[in-house]
Amino acid sequence: MSKLRPQEEYEKTKTFRFFRWLSGNKDPYIGEVEMQPQKEAEVPETTILERMSEQQMIRNKVYDVKNNKKLTFFNKVYVAAAIFFCIALTALLLDMVSYLPRTGNSGNPDNNLVSKRYIEHGLQETGALNIVTGMILTYRAFDTFGETNVLFIATCCVMILLMLDEAILKEKEEKDDRRFEPRDDTILQGTAFVLCPFIFIFGIYVILNGQLSPGGGFSGGAILGAGLILYTSAFGFKKAQRFFNELVYKIAKITALCMYGIVGSYFYITGANGIENHIPLGIPGHILSGGIILPIDICVGIEVACTMYAFYALFRRGGL
Amino acid sequence: MSLVRNFPAVSILLCLFAGIISSGLKKRAAEYVNTILIFVAGLLSLCTLLYILETGQMFVYVMGKFPAPWGNEIRAGVLEAFTALFFCIIMLLSLVGGRKKLADEVEEGKTFLYYVLMDLLLASLLALVYTNDLFTAYVFVEINTIAACGLIMIRQNGRTIEAAARYMIMSLLGSGLLLMGICMLYDLTGHLLMSNIKEQMKWVYLAGHYKIPMLVTIALMSVGLAIKSALFPFHAWLPDAYGYSTVSSAAILSSLVSKGYIFLLIKIIYRVIGFEVFYESRIMDVLFAFGLMGMIFGSISAIRENDIRRMIAFSSVAQIGYIYMGIGMGTQAGMEASVFHILSHAATKSLLFIAAIGLTEVSGGSRQFIELTGSAYRNKWAGVAFTVGSLSMVGVPLFSGFISKLLFAQAAVQNDVKMLPALIVLGISTILNAIYFMKTVIRIYTPVEEHKYGSMTFKDMKLYVAALFSFIILNVALGVSSQPIVDLIGQGLAMFS
Repeated sequence: MSKLRPQEEYEKTKTFRFFRWLSGNKDPYIGEVEMQPQKEAEVPETTILERMSEQQMIRNKVYDVKNNKKLTFFNKVYVAAAIFFCIALTALLLDMVSYLPRTGNSGNPDNNLVSKRYIEHGLQETGALNIVTGMILTYRAFDTFGETNVLFIATCCVMILLMLDEAILKEKEEKDDRRFEPRDDTILQGTAFVLCPFIFIFGIYVILNGQLSPGGGFSGGAILGAGLILYTSAFGFKKAQRFFNELVYKIAKITALCMYGIVGSYFYITGANGIENHIPLGIPGHILSGGIILPIDICVGIEVACTMYAFYALFRRGGL
Repeated sequence: MSLVRNFPAVSILLCLFAGIISSGLKKRAAEYVNTILIFVAGLLSLCTLLYILETGQMFVYVMGKFPAPWGNEIRAGVLEAFTALFFCIIMLLSLVGGRKKLADEVEEGKTFLYYVLMDLLLASLLALVYTNDLFTAYVFVEINTIAACGLIMIRQNGRTIEAAARYMIMSLLGSGLLLMGICMLYDLTGHLLMSNIKEQMKWVYLAGHYKIPMLVTIALMSVGLAIKSALFPFHAWLPDAYGYSTVSSAAILSSLVSKGYIFLLIKIIYRVIGFEVFYESRIMDVLFAFGLMGMIFGSISAIRENDIRRMIAFSSVAQIGYIYMGIGMGTQAGMEASVFHILSHAATKSLLFIAAIGLTEVSGGSRQFIELTGSAYRNKWAGVAFTVGSLSMVGVPLFSGFISKLLFAQAAVQNDVKMLPALIVLGISTILNAIYFMKTVIRIYTPVEEHKYGSMTFKDMKLYVAALFSFIILNVALGVSSQPIVDLIGQGLAMFS
C-alpha cells in the first residue's frame, strides 16, 4: 500500500515537475532562465561612411555609378563574361573526364605496385589493421606532419585576426557575451550534462582505436573538439576555463605537436640512415600496436581538438 | 651514409619545431629563435651545397623506413641547396632591415605570431625546394599560402585585411587548380613521387595514350602556379598585398614566396612532366605570351602609380613576366636565365622595399612622390641603396639585373621563332623600367628649399644600414661574378633530368 505524500513534499519531486511541464502549466524558462530580447546593434551614420573604403567612395563620386551608362554596360559584360568563363571551364573539364581511364578497371595506371604493397604488406609493416591510418601515419608520415602544421598555422592566422587584448576582452565580456541567447538555458545544460561525457569518451575511443578501426587522430580530435564546444556553449566560458584556459591550451598544443615532431623525426632519421628503430609494432589487433601510429594519433587528436575549440572561442569571444 | 645527407631533412624539421615552440614564447625570445633558426638553416644548406659539389652527385633522402614509391622522399641537388641557401640569406636580411618598422606596425602581443609564421614559411619554402614528392609539395604549398596571408594581415588596418582576403581567394584558386592537376596526374600514372611519375609519363607519352587529359593537367598545374606567383593577368591581388603590408612581409612575399612557386613549377617541368612533353604541349607558348604582356603592362601600371611602395609592387609584375618569358622560351638557356633572374630579382626587390621604407620614414610616413622629394638627403644610406636597386632593376652593368637581362637576350637569340618578340619586348620593358625608376631616383635627389622633416643619422639605424649594405654587396656580387653562379645553375638544371 502506498503512502500518500503531503502536497508540499510532492511538489519538490522531479515527478511533479515533469508532469507539470508535460501538462503545460509552467514553462521551465520563465523565472529560471535570464532572457534578453535581441537588440539590433546601433550603427551611426559616420561609421558606415568610415567603413566604406576610400576607393569605393571615390569611385562612386567620380563615376556617378547610377547614371553612368558605360559603367553599367561594363558591369553587365563583366558578369556575362564571368558566367561564360565558368561554364566553358566546366564543360572543358567534364569533356576531359571522358578521356580519363575508367574507374574500377583493373588495368588502370593507379592499380600498380604502390597500392599492392599497401594492401598486401601493410599489416606486417605497420602493424595496423586499418590500412588508411597505417598509410598516412607510417608510409607517408611526413605529409601528415605537414598537414597537422597546416592546422597549427591556421589557428595562428585566426589569432592574428581575432585575438583581443586581455583588457578589452574583460570589458567586452561583461557587456555583450551571450547578448543574443539566454543565459543558463536549462534544456541545453541538461542535455550537455548527459551528452558531454559520452562525447568525450567516444572521442578518446576513436583516437585510441585509430589503428584498429575507421577513425584516428583527425576524426577523434574533431569529436573531442565538438564536445568541448558543446560544453562551453551550455555552461559558458567561465566554467570551461576552469579546466581549459589559454595556458592549458598552449601547453597541450605545443606538447602534442612537439611529441609528434620528435616521434616523427626519430622515425624519419633512423629509417633513412638504416638504423633499426626501437618502437615495437605489437600484435595486430591489440590496442597497444601499430608502432608509431598510436602516439601520433594521440598527438594529432589533441591538436585537432585544440584547433576546433580555439576557432570557436576566437570567433565567439576573441580569446580563449 | 654521410651525416651531411641528413641536413636537408633536418633543416625542414628544425623550422617546423622552431615554429611550434615559438608559439609559446614571448616576443623577444621568438625573435632570437627565428634569427638563430634562419642562420642554422642557411648553414645546413651551405654544407649540403659543398657536399654535393664535392661528390658531384645529387642524393635522395628517404623520409622513414619505406623507400621510393611507397614513402616520402626529399632530394637535394646543386640547384636545390643553392636556392635554399639564397632564400635563407634574403629572409634574414629582409627581417633585419624591417625589424624597426615591424615594432611600430604590429601589435605588441602579436609579434611572436609573426615569427611563428616566418618559421613555418621558411619550412615550407625549404620543403618546396627540396621535395621529391608532389603531394608533399602540395601540403607545403598550403602552409606557404596560409603563412603568407598571415604575414599580410598582421599589420592590422582595413587595407591589409582586404588585401589578405583578396590574396587568399586568388591563392586558394591557384592551390585548387594545382591539386586538380596532381589528382589527374595520379590518375594517369598511379604515382605521386616525382621520378616515378616522370618514368610513367614518358611511357604514356610514347604510347600516345591520354593526350587530352595530359594537356589539361599540364595547363591546370601551370595556371595554378602562375596565379600563385602573380603572372600578368592574375596579378590583381599583388599591389595591395605588397603595398600595404609591413615592409619585411612585402620584401619576403615578393622575393621568396612567389619565387618558391616558380621554383616548384620549374621542378615540375623538369622532374615530373619532362621537358620534352612540356615543350610539345605548347603551354609554354601561352606562358611566353603572358610573360611578355606582363613585362609591358606591369611597367605601365608602375609608371602610373603615385605611391612608391605600390610602384615597386607593380614592378614585380613586370619582373615575374621576365621569369615566365624565360621559361616560355623552351630552351635550356632560357631556363637558366629564368633561374638567375629568380635570384637577382629576389636580391634586388627586397633591397628596394627595405630602402623605400627608409625614405618614407623621413618623409613623415607618406609614400606619395611629392612628399619624398629630397628624401635621399635626409636618409643618405637609404637613398644610396634605392639608387643601387633601381640601377640593378634597369639593367646597368656591374649589378645583377644587367646579367639577367643579358642572359635573357642571349637565350632569345638562340631561339628562331621567339627571338623577335622577346628582344623587342625586352627593349621596351627596359626603357619603361628606366622611366619609372629613374624618375624616382631623380625625385629623391631633388633638393628642397624648406626642411619640413628631420633626417636620420647612422646611429639611429645601425642594423638597418647593415642590412642595406649586405643587400648591395649581394647584388654587386651577383652582377660581377655571375659566371660561377650561371655555371652552378646549369649544373643544377642538368642534375634535374
